[in-house]
Amino acid sequence: MTAVSTERVARVFVEVADTLVDEFEIVDFLHRLALRTAELVDAAAVGLLLTDQRGSLQFMAASQERVKLLELFQLQTDEGPCLDAFRTATPVVNADLRNAAGRWPRFAPQAAEAGFRSVHAFPLRLRNEVIGALNVFGTDANARLEKEDIHIVQAIADVATIALLQERSARRREILTEQLQAALNSRITIEQAKGVLSQALDLGIEDAFDVMRAYARRNNLRLGDLAHVVVTDLASVPGLARP
Amino acid sequence: MAGEEARVARVRAKVAQQPAAPGAAGDVAGLLRRVCVVAAADLRAFGVGTHVLSKGGVHGFSVASNLVGQQIEDLQVTIGEGASTEALSSRRPVLQPDLVGDDAARWPIYSAAIHDYGVRAVFAFPLQVGAILLGVFDVFRAAPGMLSEDELAQALTFAEVAVMTLLDGHDASADGLAEAMAHRTVVFQAQGMVMVQLGVSPEVALVRLRARAYADGRPLTEVAQDVLSRRLRFDKRYP
Repeated sequence: MTAVSTERVARVFVEVADTLVDEFEIVDFLHRLALRTAELVDAAAVGLLLTDQRGSLQFMAASQERVKLLELFQLQTDEGPCLDAFRTATPVVNADLRNAAGRWPRFAPQAAEAGFRSVHAFPLRLRNEVIGALNVFGTDANARLEKEDIHIVQAIADVATIALLQERSARRREILTEQLQAALNSRITIEQAKGVLSQALDLGIEDAFDVMRAYARRNNLRLGDLAHVVVTDLASVPGLARP
Repeated sequence: MAGEEARVARVRAKVAQQPAAPGAAGDVAGLLRRVCVVAAADLRAFGVGTHVLSKGGVHGFSVASNLVGQQIEDLQVTIGEGASTEALSSRRPVLQPDLVGDDAARWPIYSAAIHDYGVRAVFAFPLQVGAILLGVFDVFRAAPGMLSEDELAQALTFAEVAVMTLLDGHDASADGLAEAMAHRTVVFQAQGMVMVQLGVSPEVALVRLRARAYADGRPLTEVAQDVLSRRLRFDKRYP
């Protein structure tokens, strides 16, 4: 891959730094981060998984929500580059999916079948703590992440971790748990809301997500809050409920 | 079996070994109380309680591992502030490892009241599945301090078992529930679709999906997949 533009990198860091100041919702924040990272390194897809604090990783956000892609994230509860990066606190870079069936017998073939050729995973870490992983997929096996790219993506992952860990707070550990658990549940609500909209508006599940996200952005709503209203009281959301 | 499923199975086995109160062997409140008793022992807690929200004309209720736990649970409802009240309204865990320290001012009446019972730390976990909110699971400890990493994982597992127990109360067939709870996106998406197809709550939609899987002898995820691909549609007229 070509070296990333300095200006774009700077913009991502400013956006992440803004988050540290504002009150924010994890799912929204991670979704934006996935989009920016994908743009930055010209990746086909980027996703983020967080620990459920019970030894597993759960999918939280992605640059796109193709069904096949979500399955790949979900699979990494059991095996895959994210789980490796999470457990070892070390990045997994430039893994060629055609030669990775020995390492990830279920993940590698499924990822290849979904059209991906390369995969990378970066731990979300702060000192001794690892709270998740950032997953980068590429469709071109020849386009490797160069050394500078690797440093930049890891730096993004690390800054994101600081945002999530609320480093400055004395109640850091409690807040982390409160936020992580809220985010995990928020993600479930988003899936339920995708189903509701898919049926109510007669849309595919991916389109339903796009509609919901666009609506949240237009009306300056948090995605998790909007999803909750969609599931509990769809009629009260003008413009989303079918007239 | 994944780690979490094994943990859930272990907790359920322990709960099954607990003696049931006379006449309350199979009812939801009796089962929940046994979950609280096991949790109190495993989490070195002073008391563990669960408050279940009222739903569809059924009154809410509280159960606890012991008498003091029960008194505190009832107190929380009366006072209207505190960790479990906040966990329910914010829909996220509320962890307060030191009721006496700097954070005592968070809930002045509540903190003073439960301090009188000897409680120094409280951890409240909402019982929820996405937009479904069923109640709250409270751990009270006599010593200040945060739950250890392992205790936190256990507490989350106990809360999950409490959720399963409550959902089972709607429907006798327990099969497939652990699977449904394993954060399978297809199940949650199908749940949303079935809600609209039948005009029902998310709880009922999940019950219907499970009942269908049970009747067909198929995994819940497979039935959910059929709903998503529009091969299966639930109909209001034929329950």
